[in-house]
Amino acid sequence: MTQLILEQALNGLQFGLMLFLLAAGLTLVFGIMDMINLAHGSLYMVGAYLAAAVAAASGSFVIGVLAAVAGTMAVGALLELAVLRRLYTRDHLSQVLATFALILIANEAVRAIWGDQPVMLNAPEALSGPVEIAGFSYPAFRLLIIAVGVLVALALYIAVAKTRVGMWVRAGASNREMTEALGINVKRLFTLVFAVGAGLCALAGAMLGPLLAVQVGMGESILILAFVVIVIGGIGSIRGALVGSLLVGVVDTLGRALLPWLLRSFLPGEVAAHLGPALAAILIYVLMAAILFWKPAGLFPARG
Amino acid sequence: MRLTALAQALAASLLFASPAFAADKVKVGFVSTLSGPGAGLGVDIRDGFNLAVKHLNGKIGNLPAEVIIADDQQKPDVAKAETEKFLKKEKVDFMTGIVFSNIMLAVGPQVFDNKTFYISANAGPSQYAGEQCNPFFFNVAWQNDNLHEAMGKYVQDKGFRNVAIVTPNYPGGKDAVAGFKRFYKGKAEEVYTKLGQLDYAAELAQIRASKPDALFFFLPGGMGINFVKQFVAAGLSKDIQLFAPGFSADEDVIKAVGAPMLGMFNSSHWAHDFDNPENKRFVADFEKEYGRLPSLYASQGYDAALLMDAAVRDVKGKLDDKAALQKALQAKRFKSVRGDFKFNSNHYPVQNYVLRVIGKDVQGRVTNKTMGTIFSNHADAYAASCKMK
Amino acid sequence: MSGAIYRQSTRRRLLAAGVFALLALLPPVLQAFGQEFYISFAARVLIFALAATSLNFIVGFGGMVAFGHAAFFGAGAYTVAVLMESGVASAAIAWPAAIVVAAVLALGIGFVSLRTRGVYFIMITLAFAQMIYYLAISMKTWGGDDGLSLAVRSTFGPLDLKNDATFYWVTLACLGLCLCLLDRITHARFGRVLQAIRENESRMEGLGYPVLGYKLLCFVIGAAMAGLAGALIANHGQLASPNLLQWTQSGTLLVMVIVGGVGALYGGAVGAVVLLLVEEVLAHYTTHWHAALGLILLLVVFRAPKGIAAWVHGLFARAEKHE
Repeated sequence: MTQLILEQALNGLQFGLMLFLLAAGLTLVFGIMDMINLAHGSLYMVGAYLAAAVAAASGSFVIGVLAAVAGTMAVGALLELAVLRRLYTRDHLSQVLATFALILIANEAVRAIWGDQPVMLNAPEALSGPVEIAGFSYPAFRLLIIAVGVLVALALYIAVAKTRVGMWVRAGASNREMTEALGINVKRLFTLVFAVGAGLCALAGAMLGPLLAVQVGMGESILILAFVVIVIGGIGSIRGALVGSLLVGVVDTLGRALLPWLLRSFLPGEVAAHLGPALAAILIYVLMAAILFWKPAGLFPARG
Repeated sequence: MRLTALAQALAASLLFASPAFAADKVKVGFVSTLSGPGAGLGVDIRDGFNLAVKHLNGKIGNLPAEVIIADDQQKPDVAKAETEKFLKKEKVDFMTGIVFSNIMLAVGPQVFDNKTFYISANAGPSQYAGEQCNPFFFNVAWQNDNLHEAMGKYVQDKGFRNVAIVTPNYPGGKDAVAGFKRFYKGKAEEVYTKLGQLDYAAELAQIRASKPDALFFFLPGGMGINFVKQFVAAGLSKDIQLFAPGFSADEDVIKAVGAPMLGMFNSSHWAHDFDNPENKRFVADFEKEYGRLPSLYASQGYDAALLMDAAVRDVKGKLDDKAALQKALQAKRFKSVRGDFKFNSNHYPVQNYVLRVIGKDVQGRVTNKTMGTIFSNHADAYAASCKMK
Repeated sequence: MSGAIYRQSTRRRLLAAGVFALLALLPPVLQAFGQEFYISFAARVLIFALAATSLNFIVGFGGMVAFGHAAFFGAGAYTVAVLMESGVASAAIAWPAAIVVAAVLALGIGFVSLRTRGVYFIMITLAFAQMIYYLAISMKTWGGDDGLSLAVRSTFGPLDLKNDATFYWVTLACLGLCLCLLDRITHARFGRVLQAIRENESRMEGLGYPVLGYKLLCFVIGAAMAGLAGALIANHGQLASPNLLQWTQSGTLLVMVIVGGVGALYGGAVGAVVLLLVEEVLAHYTTHWHAALGLILLLVVFRAPKGIAAWVHGLFARAEKHE
């Protein structure tokens, strides 16, 4: 039993880190530019499709991932320059409408290029099976996701906390006008941040492709989870995004694993069998509502 | 104003009083899911249907065919509105195309009220097979439970006695479990997931711990793709034999998962390697026309058009004679690409179900191969409670 | 000065009355042209107009961007369906019940959610709507994924709702009543305080207004109207589908509001009409119509930044200035 709980905790960690890859870019864009970008999920989808296409053509998963990141960063930068830039000064609702429109267009574009049916993206042969650790086997590819997630979290932490650009980013997140007044080229900074966010999306899409279906609409289902994460963590805070991701990952995974079992121990079997899965499905929403009830601006509010 | 109404009434009464005339064309309303994540299935049904019409030289029952197509966006209310338009405005002779049972149940009543024949090329809800069976509803595919039943029977016959079942926590999933357990009598560990769930690590760990010898899953759409990928990555495919209904293991899913699906067993009423001339022509022309192998959905769309063709031919184009048309549909005088089948009293097929396994074909493609028959002339469990008027 | 404003608002009300009179004439006109089918379509548009209007009251006048309006829309629909299932077919009971259920739900959700604001409010309302969605699809007695179908439409006194034209008129009357009510509310003291809160919440709080209470009441009124819209949509399609509870439904309603014009009384209605008509026309030409819709929405964002209602308003205002 302890081993099972341990394994489930590892699963939760992995699911959380995978959400973090998405949430990090989302929270940066949101925090710094005060911009609700619903099309974030579309960048994730574009990243996964690019990775699948390049991996299939080149026969190498790694080349696929790199190409996806580079390609999606370019798409992201273009998008920022062409459309999103004009939205920063607009209210949230206009941003919602415009980026919703972008979702519609992106989905149709992907359908037109790659067709209606899901496409294939598989892990490299060496990582497609499980590995033995401490007596239980665990999927090698999930371990890779954990490693990549930890590395990205570290790199982002160093970039945001220790570098000059990171300082601007933090300054931008807490007070945009002041940052501009200090003579920093905010426009270029925004394009850069947006491109980095897009790259992280693509990384998430490419890394999750071997575990999840690469299909039209894949961005929307995971976008909601990413929003849950950044709202729990506090918008604009990388630390909050990390804590939020792990919290959502662990609570969701352990909830699904343990709730039915827990309920069975003190409820009649029939009731527990009905209630367990239903409760597990809404657990993260209950978590979010509860956190916002007590901390209405998330766990780590970035703006003072 | 009143005059037009009078004229209309007059015309209508004339129409009903006179004997049925042969129509000058056949109008088919095709409402299906053609956009969004579920679009792949609807597109396959549409392409199969269109190919059949092409094979029939653009005619259905020797009459020029007009197929009008609409997208239901996988939303019941949109499907209802589109159907309403086809029935009232376009005055179609047949309706077909719907993929999902919940949408079928939403539009059924208005189609039946209008006395228009619905030829379902996929959705086979239990309601329309049992107490709510309707003279105007025909299904050329299967009753939803059938493929689950076939898998349950095979798993039972092969001597598996410790099986895990994974399905979403909604009534469709619970129906699948019921269908499977109708023929499988061993121990079953039921695992329920969230509808639309992405990550299955928690469920897979639980399954690993409980050590079943086989696993049956019913996870519609992208869920199935996610599950198979993660199941194989977890290394469970070595110790646990995977079983699924055919729609979780057809070309669309294979195209997305690839090699990890090798060795997976599934049940179906049709396979692209069925050895009959109709099927060979269908598969070859489908590949030529659309550049991909047909799925079972495409075969069902193809058969739906053939059924209409045979029935209209039978009544010599007299589409207004509903009773004769119903009889002609029931008689099913066409050669299906699945070999043969006949309609039960509830207008659902009585047919064979086969076992397929995913392997590599001579060209090295990952695809389904037919292994043998599981059920011969199998009917559904609801026909007995159908009192067809 | 006030006379001019008075004249202006009278003129607008006359215009509104004229539009409604024209709308009421729609069924016989369609019948005369042999396009009866569109009566049912028009009724559906009106129902969405009502739902979007109710959301616009919350978003535009209350200043609360709610992303869980589907919960109230769906709750109204399910209330009617569940009552029908247990033998209550009368609209006189079922429809008010739908309104009450949605209102009570909103009271609870609003009470918790109103502690937050901005994006946090968007997400917490979404969270509650998602909880209700997942509960609904896992409930076998509510039909799960299939939803609950209604054997017949509600009985409505001597009127036969089965008749599409009658149903259309009843829907139009509901929409008209709700719009009149909202017009009254926004011009009454409550509405003015509400709009002042939207503009500067802390100031109103400082002046001693029970800000939370005002906002909560606004939220509940909007939800109650969505409940009525839900009761109508269940009758229209004779189905309460979990689709009505999905977050995409909340999104669609919000898009209608933004397209039509946030904070304009007729904004929600205009948005619903425009969006559904555009959908209907585009879907006729191509299955790739989503992309075309996306381009149109982008056009709205950049060409009519305050929504179509405000844009038309602007045209009228310019015309009036020329008089």
